[in-house]
Amino acid sequence: MAIDVATVRKVARLARIAEPEERLASLADELNGIIAWIEQLNEVDTDGVEPMTSAEAVALPMREDVVTDGGSAEKVLANAPKRAGGFFVVPKVVE
Amino acid sequence: MSGLTDLTLKAALDGLASKAFSSEEITRAHVEAVEAARALNAFVLETPDKAIDMAKAADARRARGEAGPLDGAPIGIKDLFCTEGVRTTACSDILGSFVPPYESTVTANLWRDGAVMLGKLNLDQFAMGSSNETSCFGPVVNPWRKAGGNADLTPGGSSGGSAAAVAARLCLGATATDTGGSIRQPAAFTGTVGIKPTYGRCSRWGIVAFASSLDQAGPIARTVEDAAILLTSMAGHDPKDSTSLPVDTPDFASFVGKSVKGLRIGVPKEYRVDGMPAEIDALWEQGIAWLKDAGCEIVEVSLPHTKYALPAYYIVAPAEASSNLARYDGMRYGLRVDGANLTETYEKTRAAGFGEEVKRRILIGAYVLSAGYYDAYYLKALKVRRRIAEDFDAAFGKVDALLTPTAPSAAFALGDKSDDPVAMYLNDIFTVTVNLAGLPGMSLPAGTDKSGLPLGLQLIGRALDEGTLFSLGGALEKAANFQGRAERWW
Repeated sequence: MAIDVATVRKVARLARIAEPEERLASLADELNGIIAWIEQLNEVDTDGVEPMTSAEAVALPMREDVVTDGGSAEKVLANAPKRAGGFFVVPKVVE
Repeated sequence: MSGLTDLTLKAALDGLASKAFSSEEITRAHVEAVEAARALNAFVLETPDKAIDMAKAADARRARGEAGPLDGAPIGIKDLFCTEGVRTTACSDILGSFVPPYESTVTANLWRDGAVMLGKLNLDQFAMGSSNETSCFGPVVNPWRKAGGNADLTPGGSSGGSAAAVAARLCLGATATDTGGSIRQPAAFTGTVGIKPTYGRCSRWGIVAFASSLDQAGPIARTVEDAAILLTSMAGHDPKDSTSLPVDTPDFASFVGKSVKGLRIGVPKEYRVDGMPAEIDALWEQGIAWLKDAGCEIVEVSLPHTKYALPAYYIVAPAEASSNLARYDGMRYGLRVDGANLTETYEKTRAAGFGEEVKRRILIGAYVLSAGYYDAYYLKALKVRRRIAEDFDAAFGKVDALLTPTAPSAAFALGDKSDDPVAMYLNDIFTVTVNLAGLPGMSLPAGTDKSGLPLGLQLIGRALDEGTLFSLGGALEKAANFQGRAERWW
């Protein structure tokens, strides 16, 4: 399953990272090197094996559905690249 | 005041308790050491004023008889832990000037116990790397050099700043994090002790996330006992991290010095890899002999899926990273580079803010999670991860702990492996299995190679059995009597 330039372009788009056209071929080479090395996983028999999604055997805890934090708009906005009053300023989202 | 920076954490705490010196004195000695060691690039932010303020407060608490377990001890904090009001960057341009309005749980625990912060320590960008070369602040230089050489060596990564600062006696101990070996490999490369505890021992709340099912905080220190003292403060259940385990934290230092007689120690045959330097093999044999002398029984065990741990890791970790790092969108905090529309703003921001290795891992992660590849790669890796965990389960049916080398080489030169991602990834071959299985692992210095560079041995334990690792680590430390230290050149 070799990665070609079109695949890198698509994945970079999915990841929202602007990669210049001239970088795509070298990125494809780098990613293919890594993926080729990863392909050795196919040697492992995993029939009937349950995927392991957590390093812990315990179930996630539940808590009361109550407000535990809040009322700190200034703190939330303190690192905003752009703000106006009590709001984040973002590019136009809906055309 | 260099005498004060040569103390172990334990000796410093004893000296503070007996009022042989004040926290302000020992903190000033460390502040001066930090300022004199900028050539190492271990600190990315020095906070001397804060340190002195915290030291004075510690002295005042001690005078009132209210000293905590770490009161007055100056330490360094990996710049992956959010510190309230103190810039936290993960050593990435995308968080360039981020000032957290909150404190990570682990650092809050350390301040609760009286520790003093000297500053923030360098790391591989987002903890992605094994040489500290992916930091946006440039690499850390290992205080150790080859005998007779003056080439700059890597301190390892990602916790390279933490390891270098502890080895160079810039702080009494440091926080670090470990996703695939980022505490243990730098500890091995710098002649220091590092432990990654059981997944869930330390809260991940307020630590910049890399791969959430693997990330775990732990200390780097100069002795096994110092590491135990620090971990006792750092650990503890935290409702703010749903994966934080609701278990009590033992006094880990009480395990150091305990007899290890009768413990069964597994030696996994799969860790004898091709091309491993003979010195590392010899050190491993020496470690086995030391534990035998201490009364342990040595058992050969098999962890048959060991060779698949790294490739599985390089699916699981990038997949989680690509998801975790989606939050860096330039809208709420961090860097923003404006584009013609929203999508272009995202793309330009992330292109400018992330380093090359981070981008590579995000792309790999997005690829293995994308439609058509999810089952072939991501799901397959999760199944292999289970196989690796089962290997450990089977081994721990027969033994109490495992002994292995920490890394397949001593510290290498900066630039040596930076052009070959896979060669760099192979550094974590002995450490990464532990993260996948969620187990505790400790590295401690046990000897040197022919160039005089430190080499580490790794102990791996059952989940939540760090105590046994501290006992075994104490026994190995005593037997190895590692006295080496980096000659000061900086």
